[in-house]
Amino acid sequence: MNSTGNSDEKIPIWRDARFWRVALQIALLAILAIAGSWLVGNFLRQGKEFNFGFLWNQAGFNIGESLVPYQTNDLYGWALFVGFLNSLRLILVGLVLTTVIGVVAGVASFSSNWLLQKISQVYVEVVRNTPLLLQIFFWYFAVFFSFSTGANVTNVLGTLAISKKGMVIPWPSGTPTSWLALLALVVGAIAAILVWRWRIKLMGELGASGKPQSIALIGLGILSLLIFLFGLGWQFPVIDAAGTSVEGGLRLSLEYAGMLVALAFYTGAFIAEIVRAGIQSVSKGQWEAAQALGIQQGLSMRLVVLPQALRVIIPSLNSQYINLTKNSSLALAIGYPDIFSTSQTILNQTGRAVEVILIILLTYLAVDLLISALMNQLNNLVQLRER
Amino acid sequence: MTTTSPPSFSTRPDVAQIGAIAWVRKHLFSGWFNSLVTVVLGSLLIRSIVGFIGWATTTAQWKVIPENLPLYFVGQFPPDQYWRIWALLWMISALSGLTWGNLSQNVPHLFSRTVLIWVGILAVIFVLAPTPLPYRLLLLATLGLVLGGAWAGRYLSQSLPSFGLGLAIAWGLSFFIMLWLMAGGFGLKPVSTTAWGGLLLTLFMSVVSIVLCFPLGVALALGRQSTLPVVRLLSTVYIEVVRGVPLIALLFIGAVMLPFFLPGNVRLDLVLRAIFGLTLFSAAYLAENVRGGLQSIPRGQAEASSALGLNTPLTLGLIVLPQALKVAIPSIVGQFISLVQDTTLVSIIGLSDLMRISRAVLANPLYIGRYAEVYLFIGVIFWVLCYAMSWGSRQLEARLKTTN
Repeated sequence: MNSTGNSDEKIPIWRDARFWRVALQIALLAILAIAGSWLVGNFLRQGKEFNFGFLWNQAGFNIGESLVPYQTNDLYGWALFVGFLNSLRLILVGLVLTTVIGVVAGVASFSSNWLLQKISQVYVEVVRNTPLLLQIFFWYFAVFFSFSTGANVTNVLGTLAISKKGMVIPWPSGTPTSWLALLALVVGAIAAILVWRWRIKLMGELGASGKPQSIALIGLGILSLLIFLFGLGWQFPVIDAAGTSVEGGLRLSLEYAGMLVALAFYTGAFIAEIVRAGIQSVSKGQWEAAQALGIQQGLSMRLVVLPQALRVIIPSLNSQYINLTKNSSLALAIGYPDIFSTSQTILNQTGRAVEVILIILLTYLAVDLLISALMNQLNNLVQLRER
Repeated sequence: MTTTSPPSFSTRPDVAQIGAIAWVRKHLFSGWFNSLVTVVLGSLLIRSIVGFIGWATTTAQWKVIPENLPLYFVGQFPPDQYWRIWALLWMISALSGLTWGNLSQNVPHLFSRTVLIWVGILAVIFVLAPTPLPYRLLLLATLGLVLGGAWAGRYLSQSLPSFGLGLAIAWGLSFFIMLWLMAGGFGLKPVSTTAWGGLLLTLFMSVVSIVLCFPLGVALALGRQSTLPVVRLLSTVYIEVVRGVPLIALLFIGAVMLPFFLPGNVRLDLVLRAIFGLTLFSAAYLAENVRGGLQSIPRGQAEASSALGLNTPLTLGLIVLPQALKVAIPSIVGQFISLVQDTTLVSIIGLSDLMRISRAVLANPLYIGRYAEVYLFIGVIFWVLCYAMSWGSRQLEARLKTTN
């Protein structure tokens, strides 16, 4: 490729690689510039203007559910913000749920129990081979709607109450005692982590048995369980005698519930595969070495295999989290008022397609970059530290 | 090593040696915890299966499927032109059969026991399909065409060395014949793209987007690895931006924004605009998959080929890409599978694909509330499609591995 630069023989310009390198890039830029100016010229010729002033106009449409106060005559910008909060609510709860589902299903595929293993496999195969939109429709129309016939409230397993108005789940009462109990749980969790670290350190450095610490951990666990069950003051949904209204608990709209469950189960199948591949990527020698050193089965998973598997798991997990974020925009299909469907309403009312779509693209890019940045931090924590 | 696997029953240990009870004890009841899991899961599973069978045989009204079969499969395509769809199906079946025969020319038995079992199952499904008798016969004829094609393809590729090349050309030509059969013109009655629908539209958009996004994705992957700074920057920015936004936003850009940027007299078809969005979206993902393949090829390969005097395009085309693409087959096919699934999103921008047809059927007062039946049916169609694709990818991988 490299021609000798200072030879006497003059190389014809069309045989010179350096010339072509520059010429090709200039040609590419020129083509892009011409295409761009042609497109923008067409846009301007149609008499469209480009500014974001419409965000300060009155919206005049209703939003089904919102975390912050919203009225029909609020501004378009505020409506978008309400939609954004709704999106965030879906994404954050979805990320937690899908991680739990994915990790459980991924670990279950290694279970020695044949039935559990097969169920995990079937779940992954079914969910990965059908479209997400179909799954959203299935959960929303075929599952949640079928529970709610007419004005009646259906009770599921004594804990959920489902009707056309939404799904009511048990929820802690907002009394001061329950907030204190929540605080106690957080403190307990931090204490448990500290005790666990201390125990590992003692066992690793002094060869101690770690028994007193593990007894303390079990005690903490039982205490937390008791606080969790009785301290939080769980309110179960109570259906009144007529069977048409519900008292207590937390009400989720059917749209929110449908989106959440569909997204969590869909992404969970992909996460299960990632977890499976991650655990498989740790060589068998690592298990055997841990066993040879006398580390128990559970501990060798925690201390030897999982830290190595996490290095493989976290980068792929990042892209699944971003997929969930982007897929949350499908809420439009069943009418959950997330930022995408709010922006579609605004687009239809104002006709400002370019500005609205620009806002959408930038919002999703920003959220995705934020998730990526957090996951990269996490990734740096688990990466191999070479001395 | 030959591609055929020995009959599986001879390699597996005799079941009688292990014993069913021993198997159950080992895999289901190996400890108190395992037993508990088995009992809980088993009872839940049995309850849901019994519940499902009860629902499927009593509450469910399956007539919503057979009464709308043409809608699901071809949408609003004019019924007097259905023969064109059959011709299309037969062309594809014959070509698939020939390709199958060509790929398995070194296999001792073309129709192994597994294949025969599958053919039998398909034939039974076709015979029992809830359609008028002529359609069932036509479906059986399609199956026969695939099998005949396979036999002929095997025979021809053993006698004609250039048969594989001819087959590739035929596949290329078949795309234009498909367009002609679907859109009409040149002596056929024209059919507007608004009449395309159902599975036909889903498959059409998948195939066209796959064909278009593949070269674009490879070009982007090469661009991202390029030593030319401008090319590298542009490719990287494109890939990262597209991967950061939802597909539905890109589809809206294609459907809503694209007309603003075109001269007033140019009206692009909505199907075309949807394909535009799908292609741009999957090309970015495909580029990342191909990049993974490219990175797995050692530098020595490219260096050796330039030492032999090959220039950059030849090095890429003859040395690097064939190896890189082979490595990337599983992830590329995975991307194609999600592309097929993603075509369902075009129902949101107003195309009558399988999803939108199902919404239309469910909006009919005759079939109100029959969500579960319709969505299960559509789910089965997609599941078969996607599972077949991943099965095909595994076969292709195995084939390519053995030839080396």
